[in-house]
Amino acid sequence: MADIACSVEVTKLVKRFGDFVAVDRIDLEVRKGEVFGFLGPNGAGKSTTIRMLCGLLKPTSGRAQVAGFDVSQRPEAVRQNIGYMSQKFSLYNDLTVIENLRLFAGLYSVPAKLLRARIEWALTMAKLKGQENLITGTLPGGWKQRLALGCAVLHKPPVIFLDEPTSGVDPITRRQFWDLIHQMAEAGVTVFVTTHYMEEAEYCNRLALIFRGRIVALGTPSELKRDFMKGELLLVECEPLGDAVEALQSAPGVMDAAVFGNALHLVVGDAGHAVPQLKEYLARRGIAVSRMEKIRPSLEDVFVSLTTGRETAEERKP
Amino acid sequence: MSLTRLLAVARKEVVQILRDSRSLLIVILMPAILVVLFGYGVNLDLKGMPVYVYDQDGSQQSQDLLKHFQASRYFSIANVVDGYSELSRALDDGHAKIGIVIPWDFSQRLRDGRPVVVQALVDASDDNTANVLMGYLQAVVQGYSAQVQIDWLRQHGLAIQPASMSVETRTWYNEDLESSAFIIPGILALVMSVIGAFLTSLTIAREWERGTMEQLISTPVGAMEIMLGKLAPYFVLGMFDTVVSAVIAIYWFQVPFRGSWVTLMTASALFMVVVLSMGFFISVLAKTQFAASQIALLITFLPAFLLSGFLFSIEQMPIALQWITRVLPARYYVSVLKKIFLKGTPAPMLLEELIPLAIFAFALTLVATRSFHKKLD
Repeated sequence: MADIACSVEVTKLVKRFGDFVAVDRIDLEVRKGEVFGFLGPNGAGKSTTIRMLCGLLKPTSGRAQVAGFDVSQRPEAVRQNIGYMSQKFSLYNDLTVIENLRLFAGLYSVPAKLLRARIEWALTMAKLKGQENLITGTLPGGWKQRLALGCAVLHKPPVIFLDEPTSGVDPITRRQFWDLIHQMAEAGVTVFVTTHYMEEAEYCNRLALIFRGRIVALGTPSELKRDFMKGELLLVECEPLGDAVEALQSAPGVMDAAVFGNALHLVVGDAGHAVPQLKEYLARRGIAVSRMEKIRPSLEDVFVSLTTGRETAEERKP
Repeated sequence: MSLTRLLAVARKEVVQILRDSRSLLIVILMPAILVVLFGYGVNLDLKGMPVYVYDQDGSQQSQDLLKHFQASRYFSIANVVDGYSELSRALDDGHAKIGIVIPWDFSQRLRDGRPVVVQALVDASDDNTANVLMGYLQAVVQGYSAQVQIDWLRQHGLAIQPASMSVETRTWYNEDLESSAFIIPGILALVMSVIGAFLTSLTIAREWERGTMEQLISTPVGAMEIMLGKLAPYFVLGMFDTVVSAVIAIYWFQVPFRGSWVTLMTASALFMVVVLSMGFFISVLAKTQFAASQIALLITFLPAFLLSGFLFSIEQMPIALQWITRVLPARYYVSVLKKIFLKGTPAPMLLEELIPLAIFAFALTLVATRSFHKKLD
């Protein structure tokens, strides 16, 4: 474990369930101390990938190394060096906070002389001091998630895997949870986290976008916004919105048009060129444009742009 | 194998059992309920069966015959009626199991030395009971008939001492012929099937159902550690309930206990390993609590109830069923129980049962450990 640059190394990893290819030849590397985000819609293959990396699912083919150990050959060594938080809350609801912590300390063989200090540390980290004897099932969602994280890191693993750790909790709790993740990373822990919240992706050092089992983009959030956006992005505010979207989808030079809140996002080749043309195009159709300007794309725009391209490409295949 | 991890799992399991009032209630009350239920409720003895009498003759002789019935422990004359319709109504509504009709010329014919027939109407809705009752009926009537013949001979001056033949019976092992002594020891097999297979199948299926198994197997804990850690508390509970059931049987129901406790506990431990392995195996396959509990009842409790010789003796089953019972661990355990309780058979003479039990225990443990993988697919 001593000195490896990469905490997670994945080469051509495949997972097939019958005919369905859940994970399709993905490659990625996660560096030590990095917060690596795995972003994609439900069913894209995020959980399947994370479960293979934790040794819970057997890869169909390909290779994965976690904390320097091959997940197929040394799954137990992998497990001793990782912490895992599954998507569904899966601590024991009928145990108290402290009983759950003691259980996982036992399962990870935390030495007896460190036990008290580790549990104390986990309680402090999870802000659950004084709540040790509450039954876990009665805790609010955010507390449960912090406890789950506490249980997963009792043995101070170098790598932690968090599968949608913040699903189903309110935005403030979510923000607090991400502060915790960054604290861990600052302490040198590698964090591999999946999410489908785009705004959470911005908190990651690097990201992989996964869609239908394939990684469609990989890089830092700003790299993704710079490199993977085909064309430039226009924000359009106009009236009526529905007619405008329909008209613009077939307008010349428009690669994509989608509703974002009460405005439209258009992907065009060259913004300077397209703005006057489109203003005129809409005016001819009796659509009043109150605003049309070039904006910086968000990760969501990048994602929409990357996935719509693929969807149509795949549909065109016979 | 790490003892720390095994104990962590076992400790967690104990806390969960203690906190789950339903399973705790099953553990504490079930042995007592089953033993009391079968001890009082299931009585295969026929005693004091209600008899209705329609005595058309109403003579000294007919009263003598009825006294013979009353003297038998198997019959009790519940009512004397004046017609067939009352008799058949009593049989219909179950107030009478037997109706006896004594013909109007009963005493006349006896005086004349002519044959006489007494009619008996038997409720045969339960054929087994009816068969047994008819046997007793015959015996009572024949006894009276023999006496009548001797009296007749005596009255006619032929006072010969008839040579009589009889069987002197001694019932061994269950001297009082109490069916409870036959039934109650076998209840231990039922108790252990419920604790061992039913409860354990729930506890592991619950982990799959609630998703806690995923968290559990993401840690370095081994498959063997999970299995032993989860089963150990149930093993202790099962053995505890065995002792409780045996104590109720011996001290409350006065079932004779002639064997050794060591032999009883050894056989029980073997059977406990068998049912625990079955429960574990089932829950690994079923993965939902409902399916697991149904299957567990179907393959452990029901055979233990019906085919183990607990209530129905195996020798009287059709040959095909007798063969099937050979692959039922419960059959060997029930047989051991009856021998230990009633006969006091020492361990060396129980090898015929103990060896198959040990083989089952070993094979099923192997199957159970092999069936469980720390993988989700």
